[in-house]
Amino acid sequence: MNDLLTGIETAFHLILTADPEVLNITIRTLQITFSSVLLSTIIAIPLGAAITFREFHGKKALISVIQTLYALPTVIVGLLCYMLLSRSGPLGDLKWLFTPNGMIFGQTILIIPIMAGLTIAALQAIDPIITDTIRSLGASRFQFLKSHLREARFAIMAAVIVGFSRAISEVGTAIMIGGNIKGHTRVLTTAISLQTSMGNFNLSLALGIILLAIALIINLFMGFVQNR
Amino acid sequence: MIDIRNITKEFDGNPVLTGVTETIRKGEIFAIIGPSGQGKTTLLRILGLLQKPTSGEVLLEGKSLTHVSETDPVRRRIGMVFQNPIAFRESVYHNIAIGLWYRGFGKEAINEKILQKLDEIGLSGYENRKATTLSGGEKQRISLARIMVTEPDILILDEPTANLDPVSTDIIEDLIRYYNKELGTTVIMSTHDLMQGQRLADRVAVMMNGRFIQSGTIFDVFTRPCSVDVAKFIGMGNILPGKVIRKEEGMSVILSHGIEIHAIGDIPVGTQIRMAIRPEEITLHTGPDRWSSARNVLFGTIDAVRPFGIISLISVKSGELTLSVQVTWQSIRELDLKPGVEVVLSFKAPSVHIMPEENDHACL
Repeated sequence: MNDLLTGIETAFHLILTADPEVLNITIRTLQITFSSVLLSTIIAIPLGAAITFREFHGKKALISVIQTLYALPTVIVGLLCYMLLSRSGPLGDLKWLFTPNGMIFGQTILIIPIMAGLTIAALQAIDPIITDTIRSLGASRFQFLKSHLREARFAIMAAVIVGFSRAISEVGTAIMIGGNIKGHTRVLTTAISLQTSMGNFNLSLALGIILLAIALIINLFMGFVQNR
Repeated sequence: MIDIRNITKEFDGNPVLTGVTETIRKGEIFAIIGPSGQGKTTLLRILGLLQKPTSGEVLLEGKSLTHVSETDPVRRRIGMVFQNPIAFRESVYHNIAIGLWYRGFGKEAINEKILQKLDEIGLSGYENRKATTLSGGEKQRISLARIMVTEPDILILDEPTANLDPVSTDIIEDLIRYYNKELGTTVIMSTHDLMQGQRLADRVAVMMNGRFIQSGTIFDVFTRPCSVDVAKFIGMGNILPGKVIRKEEGMSVILSHGIEIHAIGDIPVGTQIRMAIRPEEITLHTGPDRWSSARNVLFGTIDAVRPFGIISLISVKSGELTLSVQVTWQSIRELDLKPGVEVVLSFKAPSVHIMPEENDHACL
């Protein structure tokens, strides 16, 4: 119990004094996570919309597969990306293994299914009368899409938040693709894992509090936007 | 203006429309009436270009609408309002502006049009309200404004007041009439509210079993139903079998349950017929007073009194014939009407509507 209290005390000390290493890790974490969320948003939302509004054979099966991939283990994504990015792999020429780019690549793949799946769910939840009204008003294809995405915007924002939360909190892909190299690919989760194994609970706790605080701020911001 | 030619529609092999044919004229209010589940909505969705028919064709000013693409400009001439009032999760202003944005109108033009529409629908000052928080009636007014602000040539309304209270219904009906008169918009609507059909429509069509069983002016359909099904649906009451036995002074004499009844109509002698007499067109007397002017006079005994609020239906047996008569609550008290009382019924020959029996389920 005492350990925990000291830990929290140290944590706030590190945060308030803007400890260079803590700051460095936090900024890198945000850079990597935001990049993968941005990339994934660009891919997953149009993908989800295309799947929702197009009729094709195997649509239901595809949606089931996407939903199954919500539970995609991070270490499996790590393994796959490792094989893709390793020097002898198909994407070896990119030289992304053990780089932040590689981590962004891995996290993007990790969160595309959940973001696409939740986008599909968000669009499917729109009242069919809204769809009929949009068609009846003579929307072009682009206007049709835009009006639907706008109507589902809160649910789609939630999809982005879920993607963000999964990306910032995962450790498997980050450690396997990034390699936890100090000053280069070390992020909050991999740092916590390392510091804990080294017995530096205070630092681990500080990093954990920062991680949670980031998640809290993002959620508060989204709540604010939704209530506006 | 709109030619509907033998439209059929099947869903998974189940026929919903079985051959609808009708011409809708420019500038009229055309109401489709009929019981629920007979295909009214499906037909309107086909006319609104939201669904394609299985077979048949719809022509707008001679041009086929059956195979228009999802983005054909003709869509913008046809607007549709649906049964359930809905609103986009946006401000009232945004809700009405959507169709104008789709059409690329400028900011000022949009602003002017929307303020005018808000005024017309009686929601001035509501522009910044969240539309989803409004009542069903208000949402339905916004739905109407959203379509009408785009000035369509044809407005399609699918049971627009089915989920609304009477006050909201009145407002929507007034707006439909206003847009039809002021803008000349052709209105095609469905309703299961017969009174609404009569209040609004220039012409009506009765839809049963996936097709129009009768269409015509309000007067035609509501006073001269072509079949027993239609007569029952429009609430004619007193539908009885009979046979034309002779002609007399330009009238047909019908024998029904052993009683002779005079009717107007040119059905040949010897034909098996059905006749319908509206309960409100039969007069009930208890003494020897002024019944003599009516062509049909029957003596009978009250069988039952069924109260319906201020109006009651009294069923009277005259020999084998039973007729329902509408009587006010006051008359029942004053004349002390109750089962067993002997009464006289009188009604005029034009009040008896006759239909050939072979028309029972099909007449167009």
